[in-house]
Amino acid sequence: MTVPLADPYLLPMAALLTAIGVTEIYRLGPGNAFRQGLWIVIGVAAFGATLFWLHKDYRALEHYKYVFGVTAIGLLFLPALPVIGETVNGSRLWIHVGSLQFQPGELGKIALIVFLAAYLREKREVLAQGRLKDWGPLLVIWGGAMLVLFATNDLGSALLYYGIFLAMLYVATARISFVAAALGLFLVGAFGLSYFTPHVQDRVTNWLSPWSAHKIYCPLVGHDALRQDCQSYQLVQSLYSLGHGGFGGTGLGHGIFTSTSGGQVIPDLNTDFIYSALAQELGLVGVSALLLLYMAFVLRGFRIALAASDGFSKLLAAGLSFGFAFQTFVIVGGITRVIPLTGITLPFVSYGGSSVVANFLLVAGLLLISNRANRQEAGA
Amino acid sequence: MNKQLLHVSVAALVLLAALIVSTTYWQTWAVGDLADRQDNAIQLVARLTVDRGKILGAGGTVLATNRKHRKHGLTTFTRRYPAGHLAPQVIGYSTAAGTTTGLEASLEDYLTGANTNLSNTFSQELDKLGGKTVHGDNVILTLRPALQSLALQELQGRCGAVVALDAKTGAVYAMASSPTYDPNLIEQPNGFAKVLRIKGSCGDSSALVNNATAGLYPPGSTFKMVTAAAALDSGAYTPSSVFDDPGYCVEYGSHVSNAGNPDQNGPEAFGSVTLEQGFEHSINSVFCNVGKHIGGEKILEYAKRFGFYSLPPLDTPPSTSQQSGLYKNGKLWFPKDSNQIDPGRLAFGQFNMLATPLQMALVAATIADKGAEPKPYLVQKIVASDGSTVATTSPQTLGHPIKASTAAELNRMMQLVVQAGTGTSAQIPGVAVAGKTGTAELGLGTVYDAWFVCFAPANNPRFVVSVVVEKQPNGFGGSVSAPIAKAILEKLLGT
Repeated sequence: MTVPLADPYLLPMAALLTAIGVTEIYRLGPGNAFRQGLWIVIGVAAFGATLFWLHKDYRALEHYKYVFGVTAIGLLFLPALPVIGETVNGSRLWIHVGSLQFQPGELGKIALIVFLAAYLREKREVLAQGRLKDWGPLLVIWGGAMLVLFATNDLGSALLYYGIFLAMLYVATARISFVAAALGLFLVGAFGLSYFTPHVQDRVTNWLSPWSAHKIYCPLVGHDALRQDCQSYQLVQSLYSLGHGGFGGTGLGHGIFTSTSGGQVIPDLNTDFIYSALAQELGLVGVSALLLLYMAFVLRGFRIALAASDGFSKLLAAGLSFGFAFQTFVIVGGITRVIPLTGITLPFVSYGGSSVVANFLLVAGLLLISNRANRQEAGA
Repeated sequence: MNKQLLHVSVAALVLLAALIVSTTYWQTWAVGDLADRQDNAIQLVARLTVDRGKILGAGGTVLATNRKHRKHGLTTFTRRYPAGHLAPQVIGYSTAAGTTTGLEASLEDYLTGANTNLSNTFSQELDKLGGKTVHGDNVILTLRPALQSLALQELQGRCGAVVALDAKTGAVYAMASSPTYDPNLIEQPNGFAKVLRIKGSCGDSSALVNNATAGLYPPGSTFKMVTAAAALDSGAYTPSSVFDDPGYCVEYGSHVSNAGNPDQNGPEAFGSVTLEQGFEHSINSVFCNVGKHIGGEKILEYAKRFGFYSLPPLDTPPSTSQQSGLYKNGKLWFPKDSNQIDPGRLAFGQFNMLATPLQMALVAATIADKGAEPKPYLVQKIVASDGSTVATTSPQTLGHPIKASTAAELNRMMQLVVQAGTGTSAQIPGVAVAGKTGTAELGLGTVYDAWFVCFAPANNPRFVVSVVVEKQPNGFGGSVSAPIAKAILEKLLGT
């Protein structure tokens, strides 16, 4: 075994989450489950390869921080390219080569976390002093990522990247004022954006009042309609799915996802909205258990960060763990109307190859860090 | 760095914990609200997966049942009405799109098995997890399909309504409304539009409206039951009080003439008559004078005691019933003082007075029941799919609008109407029938709404029948509606 002293809980939890995901994907469409299975094989292969290559010392990655930074932007930029880029639901965040679809933003997330961990480890003292010169490369890479995300309308990822950046910045600099300033900036930015970009404004309106009493113009069909029949249709029907599940759920396989006419009620059910499918079939009991599983995973992740002895490892583990938690929060919080809904995958559970591969890489990273920390402890 | 790590880890866990809280809100607290939303596409399908309870007539005749479908791996049920046009205004319909009317609407919770209590909640939850079909409760009505069918046949497509009640319990045995329609049409292409186009022979009635509970007709002389009740019960008159009938009554300085009744072969003016005779021959001038003496407010007070100005309680949705009372510009009208009421014309059931056939049946039932007004009901029993009884209706009394002695006097006066008065065509050999005719003027010349309200056997009343036939040219209550009431009574009495 390449990482004999790694955390023993993470991989089983990841496997359990993957199994829950595949089960529900199979229930919603057996064909997709087969494809998801293939991606899991690829993900596990990538996981194994990462462990094999980096098990001596993953900290070598630190030297290639700018490579990771630029790679992150490059990956994010791929869907915007002609020919291979593809627009899905008004957001351009897919690439397709042949019949293969891929959402590179998921991998970009891992690359950006590596870059941030390395950069912040090196510059944490000087950053805390607030010299503009030291902030430069950070803001260029991170700002670039945010710009690309807005240009491709990937608001979910933009929110996720912002959250990860804030958390890692706080861990590195211990300056709560930075966090406060960034949060303020975020609010001002979001407020401003909602005025100028209808895409953002729509999300906020749908969040605050998904049901309208009067008909308003619906760009999807070109005439007036109630908001719940148009812009907020997906969110509202997903809430109905939760409500229909209730406390105990309908039972696996007995949920209602097709309308009386045979069409699918909730679009993107097996990707962004898999949580509403699970909530209907497993009920509050089932999805609460699922969320507790996520909490346990995140807890183990932060334990690894605490146990790690060097700054890069701590920042990397924290970034990966927080990213994992925050991604769950962004999509489930969106579905349950805690925050405006922005489409993003539910880690390990949603259908989608890039998501599966990225999450297995995330686990590989955490295992490498814990292996090293435990080895040092045992050696000391 | 560890202190910050702790902070961030706590923040991450708080965010995830917030998700459990928010999910709990939507899956427990908000469940009812979400299910009630009109645009809930999931609930729409969920409704169809329930094996909705059957609605049965008194003898077990199936009035509403289901058709089973299997599609997209889901078993669904849609409604079918084998009895067709028999009683759609009472039973209503339930569509795949989720629209419900009539008893289908008011009994929704029973029919869909949603009426949970402590004992069945757990087993229902288990059934749900096991993917078993939810079976709703079956409803057994008091309606007798054969009687209902006879009532529609007697109405012959003319606009109007027939109500038959059990005199003692208030059980509704027939509630026929004409024009009628086939509820199976509703879900067919353009079916609803077809139903809307049904206007009946009167030309302006809707087949969707239950004329028995929501049809507002001037009660005409049937309202004399109320006026006579007020006159006798208040002690102002006795049945033998004497009146002089010159053929008219003087009100506000001008003549209010008697109506021409078919039994008046002699002079239209009866001369010296008793109140009893005035009732028997339905002499307007007599009641006009009674009204002037006791006052319009007294008459309205008694009308209210009988249930005018309030919705008669029934198992159908309140929106399918109307209040009887004085109407002005299409709205229920509350006179501010007695000066606003024309007591003479109100006394014989004209002057803005409108009543439903059910309300008039309840007036007769009160007289039949010695002054106690029975509460009408349509649902006899609700039975769960496993055969156990969920609920049984026990007869109730709404109140005692008049004294037993007044009821006895009115009973006798109503018998006279059938024996030798305006209602002789309702006579049944060997059975004493008590009744009151009504021929309501509509301001359309000799076109009248023909009423007959009666009960039998008069000495021990068992059944009450109320009939109205709309807009009959030269059609009198005694000639048009009394024979219909007679046919219904004969069927009920088994003679």
